[in-house]
Order: sequence, then structure tokens, then C-alpha cells
Amino acid sequence: MSDTIIKVDGISKEYRIGGTKVAGGNLRESVVNFCREQAETLKSILSGAAPDSGTEKFWALDDVSFEVKEGEVVGIIGRNGAGKSTLLKILSRITEPTRGWALMNGRVGSLLEVGTGFHQALSGRENIFLSGAILGMARSEIKKKFDEIVDFAGIDKFIDTPVKRYSSGMQVRLGFAVAAHLEPEILIIDEVLAVGDVAFQRKCLGKMDEVSKSGRTVLFVSHNMPAVRSLCTRSILLEEGKLVYDGSSDTCIDKYMERNISMRRDGDLSFFRRDRITDATNAFMKNIRVTGGQRVDEHLPSFTSGEDVEIVMEYEVRRPVRGASLTLNLNKLEGDKVSVIYTGDKDLAVDMEPGTSEVKCRIKGLPLTPGLYQMNFGLNESGSKGRATDYLVGVPLFEISEVPETGGNFPHRPWGAVQWSDVEWVMPCDVEGR
Amino acid sequence: MSEPPLPGELGKHSILIRPGMFGMLRTLHETWACRELLYFLAWRDIHVRYKQAIMGFAWALLQPLLTMVVFTLVFNRIAGIDSGNIAYPVFSFTGVLPWQLFQNSMQRCSESVVNEARVLTKVYFPRFIIPFASVISALADFCVALVILFGLIIYYDITPTWRFAVLPLFIAYAVFAALAVGLWLSALNARFRDVRHIVPFMLRLWMFLSPVAYPLSTFIKKFPPAFHWVYTINPMVGVIEGFRWALLGTDSLEPALFVNSVIITVLLFIGGVVYFRRVERTFADVL
Ligand SMILES: Nc1ncnc2c1ncn2[C@@H]1O[C@H](COP(=O)(O)OP(=O)(O)OP(=O)(O)O)[C@@H](O)[C@H]1O
Ligand SMILES: [Mg+2]
Repeated sequence: MSDTIIKVDGISKEYRIGGTKVAGGNLRESVVNFCREQAETLKSILSGAAPDSGTEKFWALDDVSFEVKEGEVVGIIGRNGAGKSTLLKILSRITEPTRGWALMNGRVGSLLEVGTGFHQALSGRENIFLSGAILGMARSEIKKKFDEIVDFAGIDKFIDTPVKRYSSGMQVRLGFAVAAHLEPEILIIDEVLAVGDVAFQRKCLGKMDEVSKSGRTVLFVSHNMPAVRSLCTRSILLEEGKLVYDGSSDTCIDKYMERNISMRRDGDLSFFRRDRITDATNAFMKNIRVTGGQRVDEHLPSFTSGEDVEIVMEYEVRRPVRGASLTLNLNKLEGDKVSVIYTGDKDLAVDMEPGTSEVKCRIKGLPLTPGLYQMNFGLNESGSKGRATDYLVGVPLFEISEVPETGGNFPHRPWGAVQWSDVEWVMPCDVEGR
Repeated sequence: MSEPPLPGELGKHSILIRPGMFGMLRTLHETWACRELLYFLAWRDIHVRYKQAIMGFAWALLQPLLTMVVFTLVFNRIAGIDSGNIAYPVFSFTGVLPWQLFQNSMQRCSESVVNEARVLTKVYFPRFIIPFASVISALADFCVALVILFGLIIYYDITPTWRFAVLPLFIAYAVFAALAVGLWLSALNARFRDVRHIVPFMLRLWMFLSPVAYPLSTFIKKFPPAFHWVYTINPMVGVIEGFRWALLGTDSLEPALFVNSVIITVLLFIGGVVYFRRVERTFADVL
């Protein structure tokens, strides 16, 4: 037991979904219900239990158990809402489990957000101390590492400038730099590399690699499969709060992708939806079709590189949608980002009337290398403050099966994502007779 | 699911996570271990407040000063409230000063948990230090305003006595009373944001029920003795009268009544601690 540093046994967490009460019933029932609710609220105030604001409860984590040995770097993957953050929050003691227990045999440092505790009015220097203290560093420790942190963030010129004048990229760099210099025995990291520019992301991954090689134990949540594959030898797959696989990262990621593909084959879109549909949702995607190509599989057709592709998005519209935009993010199935297609680029607005509405997007001559591709679909209404009306993540969409005109020399080209067809060469000399 | 290990079986740095894990002793121990964080949070509040140095200081000075001027005009000149042989401006200032300490402490305390929501949902530290850190900036404002008090003492030629030395006790009591109420409110505020709207109103009424602008004797004269007990439950009666006793040499509050209010405040504080500790485990879920 000496080298087991984390032991998680039967951890479960129950949350309540607020606001979705069944309407109807007569007045007498409403009055009785109202009184019962008030009584329950009062009871829960006095007992200090979480509020019973919604009637529906669900398990965000359901009986999760695993063990981690000292020095292991474990990836935690799963779809949006699978319970990854909830698990990390419980293990970093931010929230309590409803059932089960976990034992952490060492000092825990958690990085669930970049720039925790930053205050916009304070300077970079002051924020390093503040954020460091909040993350659990002693003042002497911060002092000792101060120069290193500033250096890592690359903001030495702006160290006495208020953080509110920083670009968001600079804030992220500073935030990560502080957290990267924590020295706990157990490091817990949630999807924090999704922000920041590519160069800095690479630097962070490098730092994390360094951390993992230094023998520290790391729990690492990410949607970035290549990063998980390279950093973690072992991964855990969560699905709807349940642990469905625990083993080598390669197998775990394969399982995850297989699962996505099989859900796509079943045509079930709710599996890919980031946020639940509520009464306030004005419109949501009902069906996605991809037309053209060889129809091997209804939901996952295959194409030859350079073919035209048409994506038909069918929305169920409850209330009129005005001036919305659609953002389609194309990625390889493994997670590498390929491209963004955005209605705003053409100054188009999506207007939809109640009922069923179809939006079609034709892409001419899609120049992709063979492999499976997935797409995110974001419908954003103008006044929605950045929160999408409906957002589907990582829907496996089509396969590029072959590249034409390779002359048979290189039939499989799974590297990169772009396959140019319009390439001209100029050779140094043209030997006659060949 | 197997049985969790017993506390005795744990290593020195081991943490057992389970439902209801935030124990009282552990909390006290951790709070002590986190005093540096307490310092940083308080420092941040003060620093941000006084960042634009001139406005920050000016505000801490102007607020009590203007309140005193308006009180003198309205209550003394217009309403004719008499402060006996003590000049009304000093008299009211010795009420306004502790009152604003109490008011600011309590208000900041009641909003502290909600204001730290972002940090609370992202990192663990004993939640307990949040309300405590929040009152320190109010103490800083109070210290700035003390300058005016010294000015008045010199201007009105008040001779310092040994009683001046007791003043810190009343200052501490004002902050303690603010915490006693603030702990409850800060925890309630996390769940019911309406608390935010109730607090200013509550404080306004509370001020009129405290002898800030009028002498305690005026109030006591108007009501039968049975009510005195009820009135003096308000800890601010003790604090303000304590200030006047120490600085101006008045003594209109019976010590027995003062002791009553201390007992009730201590009980309120203990209740607040227990309630806060009960609710703190759900902060991250409801904020
Ligand atoms: N405080 C809360 N109250 C109610 N429900 C919550 C709360 N926090 C999370 N949930 C719900 O619990 C489920 C799991 O959420 P969690 O944040 O752990 O998912 P995740 O795996 O981290 O997803 P993502 O990849 O989007 O970060 C989700 O359905 C979420 O809506
Ligand atoms: Mg998450």
C-alpha cells in the first residue's frame, strides 16, 4: 500500500437539475406543493444541506473506483458532462462526494483554471503572490521562484502593469506559470491547455512532461487526445459519471473514439450535446446528414479526397431565431484541429421560424487526407453572451477513404490533415527521353 | 465499496475525502495553517481599495466626516437633539466612527463568500478564512478615520485619561459583533442572493436603533425600564457607549446590561460559526 498514492473507492456525486419542474395540476395541488417546498427549503436551510431547487436529481459521478501509484501520470477522458471536472473537484476537496471515499497520500495541488484568484486591478507582480498564496504556496516559496515564474510567462516588461491591461494570452501565460511552479506530490489538472496560443501550449505540455518525469503523480483531464497519448501511459474513461475503462492510454482513447462512432451510427445526437436542452433553448439540432460520397454507412459516409461535401443541419426551432451564427469546427477524430467554417465570414445571419429548419453547407473539393473526421456544431444567437444556443461536440461526420491520383505510390497518407491537389513542381532539369 | 481507513491509520500528509469530511478541529488547524493566505486576502482588499491612493484615503476620511456634519445639522440644529455638556460634533463622531466600522465589517463580511465565488469553486482552502479576511479592510478604513478623531480631541481640548487604553476592547467588540451577524449572512447569501438587498436596509434600521446620533439617556427616558433590556441587546449600544465612556467620560449604560449583550453576541457568533461550517461544504455546488 506504500506506493499507492491515490485510492478512490466508490465515489459518487449527486447533483440536482434546477428549474425543470413538471407543470400542470390544479390549484389545490400547487398550494400543497408550494407549502411542501417551503417546508423542505426551511428544513434544508436549518440542516445546511444543499438546496432542493429542482426536483430532478442525477448522478454526476456514479461509483467510481481506481488506484494510482506514485509517479503515475493518469489521463482522464470522456465527453462533455461525463463528470471529469466533478471528479477532480472532489479529489481537490472543493466539493464533497455524496457517497464513497478517497485517500490522497500526499500534498495536493490543483489547477482547475488558469489564473485562479487573479485580481484585475493588481499588477502582475502582486498577482503572482496572491494567486500563489491561494494555490497554497508559502510566501517564501513564491519569492524564491519569482524570477523563474516571470521568465516562464515571458512578461518581464509588464510585471508592474495591472493585469487588466494584459492581453488574454498574457494572463493565461502568467496564470499557468504560477501554477506550474507549485510543487505538490499530487498534481491535478483540468482542461487548462485549451486556451492560449499554440507556442505557449507546447511550452506548457513541455513543462508538464518535465513534471511527470520528475516523479510526481499527475491526474490530467483533457480533450486533447494527442496530448493525453503522449503524456499519460494510463488513462481512465468516464461516461455519464461511470468509469467505463481504466488501462493503457492507447486502448482508452480507441475505446473513446469507438464509442463516439457507434453513437453516431445510432444517430443519437443528444450524446454529443454539451448542454442539456432546457425550456429556454430556442432551437436545437435534430438531425445531421452528409450527402454525396459513397454511402457505405448512412451516418458516416466516405469520400475521396477532393470531393464535394454537403452537410445538412436540421434544426428543431421552438421560438423564432434571428441573426444567429453557425460555427462548424472540423477536427480529425483523434482531436487534431483542422479548420473552422463560420457563417459570419460571409456576413450571413441564420434566421429560423418555429418548426423544422434546414441549413445546408456545401464545401467544394474538401482537400483532406484519409481518416475519420468529426465536427463541432455551434449555433449562437446574437444576444446570448457567448453561450451557444445549441452546441454539439465531436460528432464523427465522415471518412476520407482515399486520395486520388497518387499513382499508386503512396496510397495511405494518414499524416497531417490537408491533401493539396493543386500542386505544381518545377524541376531542376528535364532529361530527354524519360 | 470497502470501509475507509480509520483516522489513526492515515499518514501525516494523508487526506481522507468522504461525505461530511470537514471536521471542526481540522478546520481550526487548517485555518491557522492558512494565516498567510488570510494576510494576502486582506492585503488585496486594502490594496485594491487604496490603489488610487488619494481617492481611497479620501473616501475613508470623507465618509465619517460628512456623516458627522450632516448629523450635526439635522439632529442637533434642526431636530434639537441635545448632547449635554459635550459638543455635538464630537459626540456624534464617537458614535459614527464605531458604527461605520461595524457597518462596513458586516456588509463586507456578508458579501465575502459570494465575492470569492470564482476562487471557491476552483481551489480548496478553509472557507472559514474568507469572512475573517473581509473585515480587515474595514478595520483599515477605521484606522484612517481615527485621524479625524485625534483632530477633534485636540480641537475640543479633551484630556486623555487611562480610559483611552480600554478603547481597543470596544473596537474588537464591534468587529466581533459584525462577524457574529456577518457569518450568518455570508453563508445565507451564497444560497439566497436576496440577502444582498436586505443587508443595506437592515443596517439603516439598525443604525437608528443604536445611539449614534442621540444620547442613550434620551432613549431610555422615553421608555419603561422593561424595554431597556431589549434595547441593549443590540451590541452596538455597548460599543458606542463604550467609545463615549472611554473618550468623553460619559457613563449612561449599566454594566449589567452590557454583559447581557456580550453574552447574546457570543451565542450569535457560535451559532454563526456552526452554521457557516455546516453550509460551507455546499458552497462550491450552489455558487
Ligand atoms: N454545481 C452543479 N450543480 C448541478 N449540476 C452540476 C454542477 N456541476 C456540474 N454539474 C453537472 O454534472 C455533470 C458533470 O459535469 P462535469 O463538469 O464534471 O463534466 P466534465 O466531464 O468536466 O465536462 P467538460 O468536458 O464539459 O468539462 C454535468 O451534467 C453538469 O451539468
Ligand atoms: Mg470539465
